[in-house]
Order: sequence, then structure tokens, then C-alpha cells
Amino acid sequence: MTRVSMKVDGVVYEDDVEPRRLLTHHLRDGLGRVGTPIGCDTSNCGACTVLIGGESVKSCSVLAVQADGEEITTIQGLSDGDWHPVQKAFQQHHGLQCGYCTPGMILATVDLLKNNPSPTEEEVRHGLEGNLCRCTGYQNIVKAVLSAAAEMRGEQPHPGSFRDADDKTGVSA
Amino acid sequence: MTEELDAGMLATEIAEHPDALSAPYGGGELGRGRRRKEDAKLVTGQTNWTDNITLPGLLHMAVLRSPMAHARIVSVDVSAALEMPGVIAAYSGADLAAEDGALPCAWPVTPDMVHPDHKPLAVDEVRHVGDGVAVVIARDRYTAADALEAISVEYDQLPAVVDMEAALAEGSPLVHSDKGTNKCFTWPFAAGDDYEATRAKADVVVTRRFRQQRVLPTAMEPRGVVVAPIAAADEYTVYSATQIPHILRVMLALVTGIGEHKIRVIAPDVGGGFGSKLNVYAEEVLALVVARKLGRPIKWTESRSEGYQATIHGRDQIQDIEVSATKDGKLLGLKVELLADMGAYLQLVTPGVPILGAFMFPSIYKMDSYTFSCTGVFTTKTPTDAYRGAGRPEATYAIERIMDELAAELGMDPLELRRRNWIKHEEFPFDSICGLTYDSGNYEAATAKAEQMFDMTALRREQAERRERKDPIQLGIGISTFTEMCGLAPSRVLGSLSYGAGGWEAAQIRMLPTGKVEVVSGATPHGQGHHTSWSQIVADALGVPFEDVEVITGDTDSSPKGMDTYGSRSLVVGGVAIHKATGKVIEKARRIAAHLLEAAEGDVEFHGGTFSVKGSPEAKLSIQEIALATFAAHNLPDGMEPTLDSDYVYDPENFSFPHGTHLCAVEIDTETGFTKIRKYVCVDDIGKIINPVIVEGQVHGGLAQGIAQALYEEAIYDAEGNLTTGTMVDYLIPSAADLPHFDTGRTETPATSNPLGVKGVGEAGTIASTPAVVNAVVDALRPFGINDIDMPASPERVWRLLHPGGQRREASGTVAYGGVSTSTTSGGAA
Repeated sequence: MTRVSMKVDGVVYEDDVEPRRLLTHHLRDGLGRVGTPIGCDTSNCGACTVLIGGESVKSCSVLAVQADGEEITTIQGLSDGDWHPVQKAFQQHHGLQCGYCTPGMILATVDLLKNNPSPTEEEVRHGLEGNLCRCTGYQNIVKAVLSAAAEMRGEQPHPGSFRDADDKTGVSA
Repeated sequence: MTEELDAGMLATEIAEHPDALSAPYGGGELGRGRRRKEDAKLVTGQTNWTDNITLPGLLHMAVLRSPMAHARIVSVDVSAALEMPGVIAAYSGADLAAEDGALPCAWPVTPDMVHPDHKPLAVDEVRHVGDGVAVVIARDRYTAADALEAISVEYDQLPAVVDMEAALAEGSPLVHSDKGTNKCFTWPFAAGDDYEATRAKADVVVTRRFRQQRVLPTAMEPRGVVVAPIAAADEYTVYSATQIPHILRVMLALVTGIGEHKIRVIAPDVGGGFGSKLNVYAEEVLALVVARKLGRPIKWTESRSEGYQATIHGRDQIQDIEVSATKDGKLLGLKVELLADMGAYLQLVTPGVPILGAFMFPSIYKMDSYTFSCTGVFTTKTPTDAYRGAGRPEATYAIERIMDELAAELGMDPLELRRRNWIKHEEFPFDSICGLTYDSGNYEAATAKAEQMFDMTALRREQAERRERKDPIQLGIGISTFTEMCGLAPSRVLGSLSYGAGGWEAAQIRMLPTGKVEVVSGATPHGQGHHTSWSQIVADALGVPFEDVEVITGDTDSSPKGMDTYGSRSLVVGGVAIHKATGKVIEKARRIAAHLLEAAEGDVEFHGGTFSVKGSPEAKLSIQEIALATFAAHNLPDGMEPTLDSDYVYDPENFSFPHGTHLCAVEIDTETGFTKIRKYVCVDDIGKIINPVIVEGQVHGGLAQGIAQALYEEAIYDAEGNLTTGTMVDYLIPSAADLPHFDTGRTETPATSNPLGVKGVGEAGTIASTPAVVNAVVDALRPFGINDIDMPASPERVWRLLHPGGQRREASGTVAYGGVSTSTTSGGAA
């Protein structure tokens, strides 16, 4: 057992962990932070993506001991009260269906937009290729990311680009 | 640049969604792009996946699986595992054989179908890689995984059976030696004129052999199960990542002998299914049996690689198809002979999947004769079962591929060939040659709209130019006009096909005293957005706010009756059940309103949530006021039950028949074999729309899975029966970078077989897109003398076809339409 300390979603935890324990299992089984799901065992799907020191990392590809001393943000700690613009955009643009890939997809997006605040569609598609979704065909995810990027840049969304939830005509001016 | 691109993309989106612009209908909620109620928990990580469930004293189960495709089990020794710290129990198949029953198959398609025993853990013989051999129960998942290593199993290897045709040949090794054959069943069907006589009249006969490769459904959430026992009372709560909690409850009772009334099944939040969670699995039974033995809660969660061996696979057919036609392109007859790989055992509906497809090969076309036969074959592979579309994608692929081949043979434009043969809009309702009554459709309208969105003329021109100049990048255009049968299903039809259950769906509306509404539905969502759509249906019918409706699903205690979610049935059957239940609520409320308003019941009108008396508009009561008055029950009509709550179990009278036209343009780099989708246009007619945003998402996701089958995915077994694509590293699930932007449109021809006019949308994209893409690939390659390609059309496959023996083929110039051959052609590279 090895003593590790990490700050997860604003709370410091100290635990004795097996050196082989994956961070993702530590988060889920050790700390009860089950908002981070596991979708594969080969680091392909990205469902378990978290932010470590602000960088997106697949938490199945990191040992808990490697995260000693780190500050980790999971989907459960991304926002406090008001949703993060990326969370809002995913709902607004129907960028999720079953939602299993969504925590990873959102956190990977947060990192993507930090590094590239004005991505093109092509850059979004390539920037998220480490996160697999089986439901959406990605088109609405791409739309959500572009829309969140615009909002985070402080720009008005392009006219006609949103179909507002409460707009019966389906398109707002 | 960025701005231009983004704005362009979004503007295109809007321009191509005129339906989203149209006014909603009904009470104002239907057709409205509501954002989903489901999303709040999903975007914040507050979801209740099965693997998130923890219980006091929870133990973890792990399954030891066969590393061999076929072997006799000589011995299983779990003693070393039992000595490990933290290991509570370990059982071989023999240890549990008296308790774990056999896994069910609910679809004996023929009376003489071979139905082998399917134990949750193998006892004497393993029959596919991944077949369970033993289980370990330990205090945590790491200890359980370690303990698997300590179990020693001695195998006596037997020959693998991998190839379906070889499996049927005389002298083949047998998957189930006690059955004396690898043939599971042969299911014949014929309709219309005698096929051979029809064929004799044909000018042109085209035959092809198509392969539906095996694919891995890969819902993003792996399967999992948690069983919480109250051992003293022999009562169990089973949490499972399943599409079918209601069916699972019945089946678990039948398999284990535990009373159905002592089993509660809960499907918590379920992360996708696509058919892979439409089953009764070994691990569900094992967790229940072990929890019963130990009196302690048990959890099992599959790893992805484990799931690739232990969760059902999809497709896997060899399709021999022959079409005969006149030189004018009039279809005369269609003959289909299928071999369908069952895998090693029959899961819940394994043999029924190709039979569902049998009715869809004639698709939207008129013909004089149709003959079909399907033979199910056992192999030493993971069982197949329903995967998104279940039989209809396979059928649609074969007919749409061979329509393109017939067009090429006739020198006719492939769209023109389809036009000459499809059912015209004025001919509906139309009895298909298979005896299905297509209630509505308008293939002309959907195709015209798709052609316009696609800009066919410009793309054909570019194609001709690229061919002319022998451009290394060749353009191909693929067409798929399709229909499917949704809304599984009229119970009587299922009965006539020997299916073991009905096709109805249950709904209940509960009016709470404060005017809020609870809707209980037997349809069980796993990503589709039922809670949002059902809220819209109820809000629309009852005139209550969307936000005041709560939908309850997925728990056999709170939603006790249901047939669950698959086959694009939820809206068409479950949604209609809800709609009909609201009608009963309104009629009860009307009686109470009349009583309170002192009016004749016939004079009380209901509109927008308010009951009023004809001619005296000031005399009115809201449905919420009626709900409160019913709760108080101080002043109700004599003899009336004090409740507005209403149930409806809806059994559809017919299937629904969504249809559409999909057009795909691909660019193929003839030097690398790489295929890029340049443009994808689909126009789907799914009847009336409840929520256009959700519909759009369903279409996109369906397209992605159909395109994935065409270009990327294949589960490959080697000659020894090893799954060589057994992890996500080896099995290519497309990412955002691999898929194109989809241009989607709709036409709206309401279904006439249900009061909502809806048809279902869950599988349309998957069914239509695979042939559209492959037709495009073949169209690009046809000048090189290539007239078929196996799926997935990977760069390697394309390159090898273009470079037989390493020598590059030369294009024979342009392929002009015109000229008629009377020869019989068969597929492959000429």
C-alpha cells in the first residue's frame, strides 16, 4: 500500500492504495466519485476522461499513485451551481443521448477549448477523436463544441444557429 | 475562416431542416424541439449506472472464460482460489448446474429447430472463446480478478467450427455433438408466382453473394448486474444494464425457479443498447443464483474486452440473392438464400433476426415472385442476436446493392430503375408481396427532396470528369431507397411467426392531487429520450405544463407491466399506449366536470387543459381542479371510483413503415484505397414527429452505425476460432474524425395505423446508410471492372481490388448508361 494525497473536485483525500490501482478505480471505488464512468480497458474510448491540473487525461491510463499531489476535476466538480458553458451547450444542441461518453466528452472539450478557443469543425473532430460516442454520430457534439467555444469567447451565437428549447417555431431569430 | 465555416455549417443545418421550422400541431407540444429532461443528470455526472450502485457488504463476481473456441472440460479446480484472502466463494459450472437452469431462446422459428442446452456456465464442453467456465466471488474487483488466475482448468481441445458453409458440409466437426448437425433450422417462405417460371420470362438475371460481416454492438456502457437478496424471504432485487427489465424478470423466474413475484428488476440509467442489452445473459442468472446461495449482494461488471466475447454480436450472414427483370427494368422476381451464423448457442431472439429480415428484401418494390430461405448455422463463436435494425439492415443492404447491380447490367440510371419499380404514392395502402400492408408512404417525394439537397447533376458531372481524366481520386455515388417495418409488433403476427411473447406496450397515467402528472411506461429507455417525448405527448393531450409531467420507467415495482424497448417500437407502441391512456383520463375527468358544473356530459368540452360547458364559457374547470376534486372525493358522481388514473395496454394492429432516400458521394483515392465520404444526404419519412431534436439525433446515430458497418467495423475470427478483434484497439469504432457531416431532411407522410401518425426512427439511419455507402464505393470502382466489395470497404480491401496480384488495374473509361445485356452476371471483380 502506498499513501497518496490528491485534491478531487475541491476536496483533499488521503488514502492508502495498492500501487497497481488505476486512478479511475480509485475515483469510483475509493472516493465514490462515480460520475466518471469506465467504457473500455484499452484507453480507447475516453469515457473516463478527467482533468489533472487542467489537462484532460484518461483516468484508466494513470495509476492512482501517479496522481499523488495532483488536483483533479471530474464531471462532478466542473461546475458549482451554474453549469459550465460546455455542459449547457451539450444539452442545448442535443450532444448526448445515453450520456455514457458525456462526462469524458465534456472534459476533453474543456481542455480542447482551453488550447484552441476558436477551433474549426475539422479541428473539433480531430481534437475529440480520443473520445468515442456510439449514439450521436458526433454531429451534435461538434455543434455543441463550436457553440460553447463561441460563448466562451464572449460572442453572440450566429443568428439562427440555435433552436431554442421554448421556441415553438424551432428557430430563434 | 473559422467563422465562415462554422456559420456555413450551421446555416446549412437550418436550411435543410424546414420541418423544424414548421408549426407544431395538436395541443402545441407535438413537433416541438424540447431540450431533454434526461440531460441534467447526464451532463453533471449524477447518473445511476449499474456499476455505480454500491450496497452494504457488496461482493464482486468475476467470470473465468474459455480461452479456446471448442474443448471438452476435463476438470475445473477452484480450491486454490478459495484459499486466497478476500475470496468468499468460487464455483465451477458443475457446482451450479442444478441451480442455474438454462438460458432462454424465445423464438423457436420452426417446430424442428435444433435448440441446444445453454448453461450459464459450461459444464462439459466450452463452445466459444469467452464461454463461462467458473465464477469467483470476492470482496472487491481486483481480488476477484486475481482469483480467476488461481483457478485451474484442464481442457481437451476439440476442433473449432468457424466457417458456415464448411459447418454444413458432410463430416464437419459438430458444435453440439449430441445434436448430430450444425444446422439449427431452415425457414422457407415464398409469395406470388412460382419463382422459376417467373425467372424463365426474364431478359436479365443478376446474382450476387453478399456478406454481412459480424459486428460488435458496443454500447458505451458495458453490461453489468447487481443483485440484492433478502435471503430469508427468498426475494431479490436485480439491477441490470438491460433494455428489457420486464422480459428479464419473467425469464429469470423461469430460468431459476424463483417466483416471478419475488423478483424485482430495475434497469437504472442504461448507457446505450443497440440490441446488445435486449437479452437474458449468463451473468444475470449467475449473479442471482450466487446471491441466493450466499445471501449477500453481488455485483458483476464486464470489461470491454470481456464484453466483446460475452455480449451478443450482430449481423453475420451470407446472402445469395438473385433478381430477374425485363430489359426495361421491370422487376419480375427475387430469390434470396441466407446462411445466418447463430454462433455457439441461441440467445433470446437469435434465430428470429434473419426471419424479421425475410419480409424486407422486396422493400419498396413491386414484383411478381419472391422466394426466400434461411438456414441458421451453429459455429464456435459468440452467439449473434439483434443489433440495431435486426434483420432489416441485412435485407435492405442486399436488395439495394443488387438494384445497383441490375441498373449497371441494364445500363440504366439506378434511380430510374428504382422509380420504375417502387410503389407509387397513390397506390397506398399497398399489400407487399410478403403480405405486409404498407399503410402509407411517398417514395417520390422523399427521393425528389434528397436529389435536390444532394445536387445529383453536379456530382454526376464531376464524376464523369474525374473518370475522363483518370483522376487518382475517383468519385462514387450511392443510392439507398428503403423502407422498414417498425413498431414491433402486432401480437397476432408475432404469434404466427412462433415468437414466444406479444408485442403490446403498457402505459399508466396518474393524476396527482396538486395537478402534477405521473406517467408510467413499459418502454424502457437507454438513451432515446423517452422521458422528454412522453412528457410532450401527455402535456399535449392533457393541456398540462411539460414540466409538470414525470415519467417513470425501468423498474418492475413502479412500472410493473411492459414489453420494453427495441425494434423502433417505443413511440409507435408505447407512445400510442400513453396517448390512449390520456384519452381515458379525459373521459373520467369529463364526467366529474359535468357533475361539478351541473351540465350534461355531452355538453362538456375539453380544450387546452380546461373543461367548459358548451354555450357558457364562464362555466369551466381545469384538469388540475378536477384532479384535486377527485382526490378529495367529496362530491363525485354516484358510484364513480375516486380516481382519474388510467391504464392502457396497446397492441398495434399493424407495423409502421418508415421510409426514405439516402444518397452518398464518396471520394476514393485509387492509390491508397482510402474512402472519404464527401457528402451524405438523407431524407427520412418517419411520419409525424413528436420532437424534431430527438429525431435528428436518432438519425445521426443510426447513420454512424450503418456507415461504420460499411467502412470500418468487422469482428474477425481466425481459423482456430479466436476473436482477433477482441479489444477496442483492434475493433474500429469510428471517432468524430472518421465520420462526415450529415445533411438530413424529412418528408412527412403520417402513418395511418395509429392515432399519432408516428412510425419510429431508431433504426432508419442504420438500415439505409450501409448500402448507400457501399453502392457509392462500388460506383467509384466500376470503371475498373469491379462490381462488388466485401464490407468493411477498408483501404486495404479497396487497394487489393484495384491492384490484383500487385498490378494496378486500368479504368476502362466511362461507364455509360445504355445497352442491355441478357446475360446472367455474378459478383466479384471481373
